Amino acid sequence: MLSIDRSIVEAIVAHARRDHPDEACGVVAGPAGADTPTRHIPMVNSARSMTFYEFDSMEQLRVWREMDDRDEEPVVIYHSHTATEAYPSRTDISFAGEPGAHYLLVSTRDPETEEIRSFRIVDGVVTEEPVRVVDATVDPNAVQSYMFGQSPATVDYECSGR
Amino acid sequence: MAIEVRIPTILRSYTGGAKVVEGSGDSINDLLSDLDGKYSGLRGRLVTDQGALHRFVNVYVNDEDVRFLGALDAKLNDGDTVTILPAVAGGAFGFAAAAAIFGHSASAAVVSGPGTSVPAASAAR
Repeated sequence: MLSIDRSIVEAIVAHARRDHPDEACGVVAGPAGADTPTRHIPMVNSARSMTFYEFDSMEQLRVWREMDDRDEEPVVIYHSHTATEAYPSRTDISFAGEPGAHYLLVSTRDPETEEIRSFRIVDGVVTEEPVRVVDATVDPNAVQSYMFGQSPATVDYECSGR
Repeated sequence: MAIEVRIPTILRSYTGGAKVVEGSGDSINDLLSDLDGKYSGLRGRLVTDQGALHRFVNVYVNDEDVRFLGALDAKLNDGDTVTILPAVAGGAFGFAAAAAIFGHSASAAVVSGPGTSVPAASAAR
């Protein structure tokens, strides 16, 4: 199960929409060992491609060092598929090098609806996991106002099964 | 001469879980051979059978990507820090097509491990 704050999901989707039809990619860092994504870091897709993404090696070094300094780890690694479903391709599986990360895929093939799915990819084996979108985990001290009829505080996306 | 080497999570199985190890050598090539003596198999995850650095491994000397410093021939000095990171890449494109177009030779070795052949990628180069 990936629990992720709504504002981060919205930022990821916005990034994917902005870069469409090219694939967008990035990281959500979080405190080491906590399995909680807290800091969204959009990355440059150095491949600038509709069908491929690759982090820029120098940007990656900078971001990975920064995470190290802050005692964080890459909790989520995300990218978009812009014409196909949000499911890891053979390429994604071959190159997945962070066994501890949640691999989040966003499909922007439909301009109206978002498709967001999350996977573990370890030793070439893909396991889908549910995504729970939660409100206000990023800043627990933020003041919130509640109204009747407001959308629920959590939304569970079950695995689509495949 | 001592070189500090930072090991990524996925390769820590070779270093007994150590995040930072120490090695020696005048070049990246020498350093990786030195490390392979202590952490058997590590070199094979970074260097292809043809003796080139895997396309999808990033190796840095201090703040520079070694691809800009002569790859395996990149020179090392006492006190340098070498950082190894698995490249983060993927996408909707089929693996064979990606390998052919981007020339990623045997690129998946860092994740698929030693002994796993990648025919499509090998054929691309």
